[in-house]
Amino acid sequence: MQYVNRGLKGWKGALGVGVMALAMLASVMVSEPAQADTLAEIEQRGTLRVAVPQDFPPFGSVGTTMQPRGYDIDMAQYLADEMGVELELVTVTSANRIPYLQTRQVDLVISSLGKNPEREAAIDFSDAYAPFFLGVFGTSQDEPLEAAEELDGKTIGVTRGAVEDMELTEIAPQGTRIQRFEDNATTISAFLSGQVNYIATGNLVAAEIAERNSQRAPELIYQLMDSPCHIGMNKGEPALMEKVNELIAQALQDGTLEGMSQEWFHTGLPENFGS
Amino acid sequence: MGISLDFMALSPYLGELLRGLFTTVVLTMVTTLAGLMLAIVVAYLRLNAAAWVGMALGGYVELIRNTPFIVQLFFIFFGLPALGIRIDAITAAFLAMTLNLAAYSAEILRAGIESTARGQLEAARALGMSSLQSYRHVVLIPAFSRIYPALISQCIIVMLGSAVVSQISVYDLTYAANFIQSRNFRSFEAYLLVTLIYLLLAIGMRQTFLLAGRRLFAYRQGEHA
Repeated sequence: MQYVNRGLKGWKGALGVGVMALAMLASVMVSEPAQADTLAEIEQRGTLRVAVPQDFPPFGSVGTTMQPRGYDIDMAQYLADEMGVELELVTVTSANRIPYLQTRQVDLVISSLGKNPEREAAIDFSDAYAPFFLGVFGTSQDEPLEAAEELDGKTIGVTRGAVEDMELTEIAPQGTRIQRFEDNATTISAFLSGQVNYIATGNLVAAEIAERNSQRAPELIYQLMDSPCHIGMNKGEPALMEKVNELIAQALQDGTLEGMSQEWFHTGLPENFGS
Repeated sequence: MGISLDFMALSPYLGELLRGLFTTVVLTMVTTLAGLMLAIVVAYLRLNAAAWVGMALGGYVELIRNTPFIVQLFFIFFGLPALGIRIDAITAAFLAMTLNLAAYSAEILRAGIESTARGQLEAARALGMSSLQSYRHVVLIPAFSRIYPALISQCIIVMLGSAVVSQISVYDLTYAANFIQSRNFRSFEAYLLVTLIYLLLAIGMRQTFLLAGRRLFAYRQGEHA
């Protein structure tokens, strides 16, 4: 696994900027083919270049070994392995992940990318490869709920003003006891100490709680909002899109994604995932 | 400066404000009564009971007076469940506030009691008053009258300090303000309004105490206090 840090440092950075400027000039002068075939390029080059996060655990973070690790990195590795090519990781931030793709410095963005209309105008999205949702979580003794009405009478802790607070307040029936806390840490404390039986939060925070306290690992009982992650690629890449979707479907089928979810989120994929 | 104030933005949240105000008022009233009663017991026992009881109560008073209120509150709400004692938010708030007020008031009260000359109590007994009667009329009530202003301030401090209970999700006045500003982002208006409500509560509380004091210490009417 190669690892390239694209930071701008010292004279190398200055040189990098110069080269980039030249490259941009060149790309303006040489008109690109209307439909690039990045898949063929990847196979020819023998490496798959993927933008991954380095500051967003458990999707991607730099561990003690200084190597990026996480769900997104495993996904990138899986794709590279299945394509039979080397993997080159490029760590990005959430602000620059799409520019990296648009300037063709990477082939794919696997960086916990959610779909929205603005992004869909700029790039294409594969099928969902990772779950990302807000929900009400209980413990292993709790049964999943069929409808929001069943939240009635339940005591639910939530961080005040967070998106999940807004969603929960909107849908919860009158008898729901919503207890709002100042920040995520306090909300988690309230859940772990049993002061609230349920917690409304994102699946990432739930994974974090499970990692810290496996005896009270949160289990999803009701989903508030679903916004799964997709792999981003440039527009006009039908061959690459087909290949990536095929591999995602295969990973969903053969349990690869389930295993990754267990490893990084400490819980299985939600039932409706990929449907 | 282009700050535009919009107090009408608060009007949809009148219900939340009233609910918060109600909680703060009830919590303060119950806590003040319970805290002062506990304070009398603690002050009496520290002066009259066996040495080890006095030591234990001294430990309690020092523990409360030398640690932050929010830590005491968090300990009761988040800490005790680890020992298997789970207390809901409003009860935890009541408990923390009562224990806090009692510790401070017991010390204030002890100073008042100690300033009563022993001979007065003996004189009352010699005049045929029962021990309870003489303690009540000769020691406790005069002691209260001497330390009354300090006691009022302490009760008001606890009422204002109750804002902290919003941190453990008690729906008090501060919780209402936090809630409102998380929804309409009108933090200036929300907190200004709540500041005024607290101010009025404090003034109202002081006046009520002074009125009660005039009744309680009626025997001192005309006396140069």
